[in-house]
Amino acid sequence: METPHLISADEFCTHHKVEYSFINSLQQFGLIEITTIEESRFIDTEKLTELEKFVRLHYDLDINLEGIEAITYLLEKVKSLQHEISFLKNKLSLYEESR
Amino acid sequence: MEFIDYYKILGVDKNATQDAIKSAYRKLARKHHPDLNPNDKEAHKRFQQINEANEVLSDPEKRKKYDKYGKDWQHSEQFEHARQQQQRPFSGQGEYSFSGTPGDDEFSDFFSSLFGGSGRSRQTKFKGQDYNAELHLNLTDAYKTHKQTITVNGKNIRITIPAGVENGQVIKLKDYGGAGVNGGPNGDLYITFVITNNTMFKRDKNDLYITVKLDLYTAILGGEITFDTLDGKIKLKVPPETQNGAKIRLKGKGFPVYKNEGKFGDMFVTYEVILPTNLTEKQKDLFTELSKIS
Repeated sequence: METPHLISADEFCTHHKVEYSFINSLQQFGLIEITTIEESRFIDTEKLTELEKFVRLHYDLDINLEGIEAITYLLEKVKSLQHEISFLKNKLSLYEESR
Repeated sequence: MEFIDYYKILGVDKNATQDAIKSAYRKLARKHHPDLNPNDKEAHKRFQQINEANEVLSDPEKRKKYDKYGKDWQHSEQFEHARQQQQRPFSGQGEYSFSGTPGDDEFSDFFSSLFGGSGRSRQTKFKGQDYNAELHLNLTDAYKTHKQTITVNGKNIRITIPAGVENGQVIKLKDYGGAGVNGGPNGDLYITFVITNNTMFKRDKNDLYITVKLDLYTAILGGEITFDTLDGKIKLKVPPETQNGAKIRLKGKGFPVYKNEGKFGDMFVTYEVILPTNLTEKQKDLFTELSKIS
C-alpha cells in the first residue's frame, strides 16, 4: 500500500540495502519520522533526500548516529548563518547606498 | 595531463596497508564529502581526488598497475592499447559501452588514461555534484512573477521566478545537478539571485523606501505631488506645513511578499524640502516681510 507522498520503509531498505534497524535508530534519534498505517511503516517522500544523505554518512563514511545527529544540527546552523549573512549584507547595502 | 600522486592525496606512504588506506580515505572523505560541504566547489573537487585515489589504492589490481606504470602513464596507455587490440579484434562498440556512465566525469584524465573509463570495482553510490548558478535580475524584474530560461552545463532549464525574491536568496532545483555515481541520486541545482537595484527605491525585505523632494511652497502651503513607483505613477496629497524629513507610510505599496500572491510590503516616503535659491529682490523683500511678522 502506498499513498502518493509515502514510500514503504521496507522498500527503502531493500532498495538501499540498509538494515531496518538503521531506520529505527534514526527515528529514535528524532532524525526522521515514520508513519504507521495498518501496521506497515512509511517514510515521507519529501524526506527521502535527507534520509539518503544519512545512509551515505553512515555506510560510506562510517559515521555513527551520534555523529549524524551532530552533523545535522551543525549543517542547519551553517544554513541559518548563511541566511543571516545574506540578510545582513542586504541591510548593509541599504546604508551603503545612502552614503 | 600530469601524473597524480594518489599516495600523497591520501597522505599515506607507498607501503601503506589496505587498512591504513581505508582509514586515511574515510578520514579525508568525512572532511570533504559533498553532503558535509554543501555548495562548496573546492571541497567537492578535493573529494573527487580523494575518491579517485581510493578507487586505485584500495583495489590491489589497480594499485599494482599504478605502482608499475603510474609515472609512465603514457607507456601504460600504449601497452593497454596494444593489449586491447589483441584481445578485441572487433573492438569498437563494446569498448565504449561504458562511456557516459554516471560518474565518468568524476575521474581525472590521468585515471582514464591508466585504467580506461571509470572502471569502478566497488559500487559505492554517491550523489551527483550539486551545481551552483547565479541569476542576475534587476529589481524591477524581481517585482513581478516571470519565467526565465537558464542554461546550466549546456542544458536549458525553464524556471518560474516568483515575485519578491531577495538578493542573495538561494533556491534549490532538485535533481538538476550532476548525474549520480553508480546509480546514486542526481545532484541538485542551487540558484542564487543577484539583484541589482535599477530604481530610485531602497528595499528592505518587502518594504520600499524613497526620498521625495518638495519645494518650499508645497511644503508650507500643501499640495499634490506625483512620482513613479514600480507599479505606475502615484499621487500624494501633501498636507500644509509639512516638515523637512517628515515620513509617511503607504500601506501595501511596497514590494511583493515572496510566494504570497497579492500581499505587498509598505512604502515609506521621506520628504526632503528644498529651499529656494537665487531669490529675486522681490522674493527677498517678501521673506523679510514674513520674518518680521513671525
